[in-house]
Amino acid sequence: MIIKCRSISRGYAEGEVLLTHDPISFLGNVDPKTGVIVEPGHELFGQCIRGRVLVFPHGKGSTVGSYVLYQLIKNGVAPAAMVNIESEPIVAVGAIISGIPLVDKMERNPFEILKNGDHVKVDGSSGSVETGN
Amino acid sequence: MYLTKEEERTLAGEYGETLRKAIEILVALGEIYGADSLIPVKSAQIAGVSYKTIGDAGLEWISDLKGKVKIPAILNPAGMDMLRWKEMGIEPAFAKKQQEIIDAYESLGISTKCTCTPYYLEGFDAGFGDHLAWSESSAVSYANSVIGARTNREGGPSALSAALIGKTANYGYHLDEKREPVVAVTVECELSGSDYGALGYVAGKEIGSRVPIFFMEEKPSNDELKALGAALAASGAVALYHVDGVTPEAVRSDFERPDENIMIEEQQIAEVYEHSENLKGGETDTDIITLGCPHCSPEELKAIATLLEGKSIQKEMWVCTSREIAQKCAELVKIIENSGARVVCDTCMVVSPATNNYKAMMVNSGKALAYVPGMCGVAARYGSIEQCVKEAGATDDN
Repeated sequence: MIIKCRSISRGYAEGEVLLTHDPISFLGNVDPKTGVIVEPGHELFGQCIRGRVLVFPHGKGSTVGSYVLYQLIKNGVAPAAMVNIESEPIVAVGAIISGIPLVDKMERNPFEILKNGDHVKVDGSSGSVETGN
Repeated sequence: MYLTKEEERTLAGEYGETLRKAIEILVALGEIYGADSLIPVKSAQIAGVSYKTIGDAGLEWISDLKGKVKIPAILNPAGMDMLRWKEMGIEPAFAKKQQEIIDAYESLGISTKCTCTPYYLEGFDAGFGDHLAWSESSAVSYANSVIGARTNREGGPSALSAALIGKTANYGYHLDEKREPVVAVTVECELSGSDYGALGYVAGKEIGSRVPIFFMEEKPSNDELKALGAALAASGAVALYHVDGVTPEAVRSDFERPDENIMIEEQQIAEVYEHSENLKGGETDTDIITLGCPHCSPEELKAIATLLEGKSIQKEMWVCTSREIAQKCAELVKIIENSGARVVCDTCMVVSPATNNYKAMMVNSGKALAYVPGMCGVAARYGSIEQCVKEAGATDDN
């Protein structure tokens, strides 16, 4: 099934879904060296976002979070792609400067049709998510 | 969003990777905020300069960029005076990283004059209706409100993208309909000098990110408006305000008075002076006084020099301004420094790690009052310029 989205950051990637209902502040919530979520209260605490298709509502916190996404890419521990309910500038800018495909506003609610471990293909250029479900 | 053929080619990568990413950022923000097109901007002012705030993450990104800016572009304050950092107590390791950040920006053709008041500098003057891509919240407020120019509060990467492309996305404060006031603020008391920073500190919390119009008896000066706007942007997130009968759009547009009204009374202003914010463990002894948030204008340097002429101070005191203004006002700088105060350039009390060496600061800025406790872990108290000079222990030299 191919689901239309809005294109935010171009590029194509595939990977296994890692899903959270919590917004992410890349500055503070994520260790830029390991890609592990280090915020104790976060739904993904202790999990690594490396190579995953990270599905989360939106970013939050400091605008320095954009640069942290860039550090994640340079350290080889960035997510393969990202899917937001609705993107805001911190994650949008971070995704673009890092070359991480990002889409938002999926025509179907990602929290209803995607689950952790699903293999999905994200096309940030045309704006779509393809799932085997 | 409509793109010209040239913009489409840039987005397709025909002019290289740096420009492709720059325009992709502008287009993505335009999509998020519902812009119809990109519009030319006259200048860019880029935040994300202090190593204290952007760290290695920001330094890595800026260092990897290639190319030259298309329009005049300038930087926000850095984490230290770029020449006299040792005197400020800055560690050499920090200074090295800070210099690398400045060098990386300079290689992109960006002016390395680091200031939150670009509107005082040659080449960065803005006029009524000019479109800009500025980042620093008090500069954005001044441009929108006092000058009547048009800018959103750009993030560091989006301002840099605007500088590289020469354009920004047409949304938010670039549009007439987003500039109309939605909340009235009625000031019930007489104000002067630092009262305007106190007013902004109080009112910003209630206004949030909306566009207010102030109704007051006085006609504030541009320096007083600068202090008001800086505080409104720090305690709230105000990027544009109007003052009935004073600011250019309020004078020209004859706005309808919004239904919602916030009343500000004398007692609320007085409380800003009386309460010290977050004093550490009852620590009340001020050990540093800082003026110049936002960076001092020539008129403000004159006022400070007049108060300090022929006097010696007992406590550490910084007067923050841009290097260009300090050089133009060399005589005033000399008078201020002869008293024992330091005229600090390129940086400020909020973004420099040198501030962390102190326990309690007196400021005459509502913006500094809002940020210093949280960002520097230093207690802050509020005073007029005269009270600040008195707190510094100024005594006659004779």
